[in-house]
Amino acid sequence: MLGLLSWLVPAAMVLVWEGFARLGSLPPHILPAPSKVAMTGFTLLMNGTLLPDMGISLLRAATGFAVGGLMGFAFGILVGFSRIAGALLDRTILMLRAIPFLAVLPLVIVWLGIGESAKVFLVAFGVAFPIYMNTVLGIRQVDPKLVELGRVIGLSNWRLIRRIILPGALPSILNGVRYALATAWLALVVAETIAASSGIGFLAMDAREFLRTDVIVLVIVIYAVIGVVADSLAKLLERRLLAWHPNYASGTRR
Amino acid sequence: MTANRPAVVVRGLHRAYGDRSVIHNLDLQIWHGEFVVLLGESGCGKTTLLRALAGLDPIDGGQIQGPARPAVVFQEHRLLPWDSLWQNVALGLNGKDNHARAAAALQEVGLGDRLDDWPRNLSGGQAQRVALARALVQEPRLLLLDEPFAALDALTRIKMQLLVKQLVAKHQPGVLLVTHDVDEAIVLGDRALVMRSGSIAREYAVSAQARSHRSHPDAVALRDRLLAELGISAEAAPA
Repeated sequence: MLGLLSWLVPAAMVLVWEGFARLGSLPPHILPAPSKVAMTGFTLLMNGTLLPDMGISLLRAATGFAVGGLMGFAFGILVGFSRIAGALLDRTILMLRAIPFLAVLPLVIVWLGIGESAKVFLVAFGVAFPIYMNTVLGIRQVDPKLVELGRVIGLSNWRLIRRIILPGALPSILNGVRYALATAWLALVVAETIAASSGIGFLAMDAREFLRTDVIVLVIVIYAVIGVVADSLAKLLERRLLAWHPNYASGTRR
Repeated sequence: MTANRPAVVVRGLHRAYGDRSVIHNLDLQIWHGEFVVLLGESGCGKTTLLRALAGLDPIDGGQIQGPARPAVVFQEHRLLPWDSLWQNVALGLNGKDNHARAAAALQEVGLGDRLDDWPRNLSGGQAQRVALARALVQEPRLLLLDEPFAALDALTRIKMQLLVKQLVAKHQPGVLLVTHDVDEAIVLGDRALVMRSGSIAREYAVSAQARSHRSHPDAVALRDRLLAELGISAEAAPA
C-alpha cells in the first residue's frame, strides 16, 4: 500500500506536465508532452534507429566497464595482498584517482580522437578507481581471526584466498561494482554528448540540431532507465552472492 | 587411557615479546588419548603456549616435537559466514569424500540435520559444536582447545563439556585445554596443570572418581587445591 503511495507524486507530475503541454502553455520546442515523447520512442523503435544506437552505447559501457573493472580488481588484489605492491603502487593510484575523470576528456580526445577507444577509455578510467578502492578495502577488512583459522587448518595460499579472503572481501567489492556502474554510465553520457557519430548520446546531439526536444527527452529517459536497470542487476547480484550475509539476505535458508 | 606414544613433547620452551619473557624453560608432554587441562591466571602465558603448539607464533628457544598441524578450537567459533555448515567442517579436507566426512562429523556433534544451513542461524553452543566437528574431522593427533566454552551460558557449557569428553574418548587425540574454570578442569582432565609466570608450577592427576562425580571428596579436595594455586583460599571459595 505504501509502495503504491510512493508512485502517486511521480504519476501526478507526469499528468500535470501532459496537461500543460496539451493546453499549450508549455511550447513543444521547450518541453514536449510525455505522450509525444512516448510516440517518438515508438516511431524510432519501429523505424529501426533506436535499437542499434542503444546497442552501441551499451557495448561501449560494457567494454569500458570490463576493461576498467578488471584493471581495478587486479591492482586491488595486488595491493590488498602485498605490502610491497601497496608501498609501490598505492600512492600513485590515489594520485591518479584525485583527477576528476571527466577532466581527462580533452586529453583523451587528443590521444585517441573521437572514436570508440576514446569512449571506452573514459569509461574504463572512471570505473577502475572505485573497484580498486573497494577491493583493497575489502581485502584489508577480512577478519584476521578467520585468516588465522585458515592457516591453522592448513590451507594453501591459493585456497586461503579463494575460501576466506575473496568471500570476505566480496561485500565491499560488490559495493564498488555498484558505484562503478553509476560512474561508467556518467562517463558514457559525457563522452557521447561531446563527440560521437553513433549511440544514443549522438541521437540526442543530432536532435538538438533540429530542436527535436522530444528525442532529447527520450534519450534522457533511456539513460535513466538503463541506469536503474543496471543498479537493479547489481543489487540482484548482491542478493545472490551475499545470501549468507545478514544485511543482504532476503530471508533465512531454512 | 594413556597410549604409549606422546602426542606432543615440549622441551625447554622459551617465548618472549620484546624483552618480556612470557614462557621460559617449559617442559610438557601429552600422550595420545590423554586430556590435559591447563589452568592459570590471566597473563600467565597459557594462551601463548597454546599458540606456540598450534604453530601460530614462533618460538624463541627450546623445541616442540609434535604434529605439524594440530587441530584448534578457539574461544570464538570462527566459522566462515559465507559457507554452509558442511563446507565449514570440510574446510581443511582435501579428499573426494569431503561431504560424507563432514556430514559424519556434524552427525557426531548432533547437527547432522543442518548440513546446508548458514552459521548465522546457529546459537553460540551450536556454532561451537560445528567448530569442534571441524577440528575432529581432521582426525588430529593433538587437539588444542583455547577456552572454547568461555562464552557459553552455564547449562550449554556443561552439555558441551560432556560432548567433548565423549568425542575425545572416541577419537583419542592428545588434548590440551586452556581454561579458567576449575570445575571444567576436574570434569574433563586426566591431568590438571597450573601455569604461573611462564612455566608449569604444579601438576595434579585427576582421579576417575573426581572426574565422574562433581561432589566426590576427591573432586572437592582437588577443587580447593587448584583454587588455592590460583590464589583463592578454600574458605572464600563457593562450594
